[in-house]
Amino acid sequence: MTQASNTQAPALKLAPTPGQTIGPFYGYALPFDKDNELVNQARPGAVRLHGVVTDGAGTPIPDALLEIWQADEAGNIVARDGSLVRDGYTFTGWGRTAVDNVGHYTFTTLNPGATEEGKAPFIMLTVFARGLLNRLFTRIYLPEDTAALANDPLLASLDEAGRKTLVATREADGSLRFDISLQGEGETVFLSYPRES
Amino acid sequence: MSTEATSTESFTDSHVLDPAATTLSQDAISAEITDIHAAYRQSVVDGAKAETQPRIDFAPYRSSLLRHPTKNLHHADPETIELHSPAFGERDVHALEADLTIQHNGEPIGERIVVAGRVLDGDGRPVAGQLVEIWQANAAGRYIHKRDQHPAPIDPNFTGVGRAITGPNGEYSFTTIKPAPYPWKNHHNAWRPAHIHFSLFGTDFTQRMITQMYFPGDPLFSLDPIYQAITDADARARLVATYDHSITSHEWATGYNWDIVLTGSNRTWMEDEEGDH
Repeated sequence: MTQASNTQAPALKLAPTPGQTIGPFYGYALPFDKDNELVNQARPGAVRLHGVVTDGAGTPIPDALLEIWQADEAGNIVARDGSLVRDGYTFTGWGRTAVDNVGHYTFTTLNPGATEEGKAPFIMLTVFARGLLNRLFTRIYLPEDTAALANDPLLASLDEAGRKTLVATREADGSLRFDISLQGEGETVFLSYPRES
Repeated sequence: MSTEATSTESFTDSHVLDPAATTLSQDAISAEITDIHAAYRQSVVDGAKAETQPRIDFAPYRSSLLRHPTKNLHHADPETIELHSPAFGERDVHALEADLTIQHNGEPIGERIVVAGRVLDGDGRPVAGQLVEIWQANAAGRYIHKRDQHPAPIDPNFTGVGRAITGPNGEYSFTTIKPAPYPWKNHHNAWRPAHIHFSLFGTDFTQRMITQMYFPGDPLFSLDPIYQAITDADARARLVATYDHSITSHEWATGYNWDIVLTGSNRTWMEDEEGDH
């Protein structure tokens, strides 16, 4: 199943600390004011990124926490502090949100630009949930640049069903829709990276 | 188990156990854990690589049944945004947020402790200037959370939330109250070992992790399906802090040391590779 790749990645010198589930009680600790507003809704170019997180029965789960990390509209990766105390002007590229009681999440953000010429722009997503023993990573690709999507090495390594789970849908009002299925029907492709152990 | 996700929850009586869950005994859960661990140990004897992370498919933790992907994680070569991490700093976190005992008008009840250590990456490099967030139950095993209806007292002087930015050597230090074990609904008479939740960032966002720190010698370790989802005994031990008398301070607080190792940075070695050519 896993592709032979990056075999040249050096081994770790120290054994990594294990992850554990976020549990049910993060709600008073991790969310913060404007955590899901990477930009103000009134800013030109502001985009709604939203969707639903479901379990293996197709049931929305009400206790997941999501984080996104992305480049700005020009494809620049920013390194600016201030995410936890949003001033409404500084784009830090990172946001967090807890899903609501019906498993729905919303971020207000920008369409990321291509970080390199010809690359398919994507947003990095991390999923935490009660019942999920370790975090999951995936990518949210923008749907527009079909040529870049066709040339993307990760998408090329997936079958059509898997590819579909990683490309967001552009809705009529400009919103990006990206649903997350933890298991079963339409299960989202989740990623591993080199140097995890 | 789908009933758990779909049932409407009453916040006023949710400490009443789920009838389905109560039919499962600790012995039944423990037997499942024992079988999975025995199979893992045999696989290592047969040459499998030692596991460093929890299984995400771990049935003794019943809430995991419908919440783990069934397909293998798909290998990705990290690129661009995945090789960087969000930046945090003094703008984001005040130094006093690392002291959980001074957030209210009075002193919280319980055993005052200091938990201190370093955040390192898998190459042993300190992770400097990064965000560490913690949350925990109070000295009676109660969280300040509407979903926690364990009939143990809330402490009006303890919220149980802290933040810190790591120092130049990756160091962090929290002053807090030792949390107590608390009951949960996985099975009949299920209790979590005392723990502090930790949320961590590295230099690459692929190093992002959330975990739980435990206290040495907890008698509940062997019974807990969340802790035991880590099948490897050495890996489990990495979540247990060490009592450290050099962190203990005279007539004030006992001290624990816990160092956290993230996965390896991909940015550094990929840049090195590029530099070679």
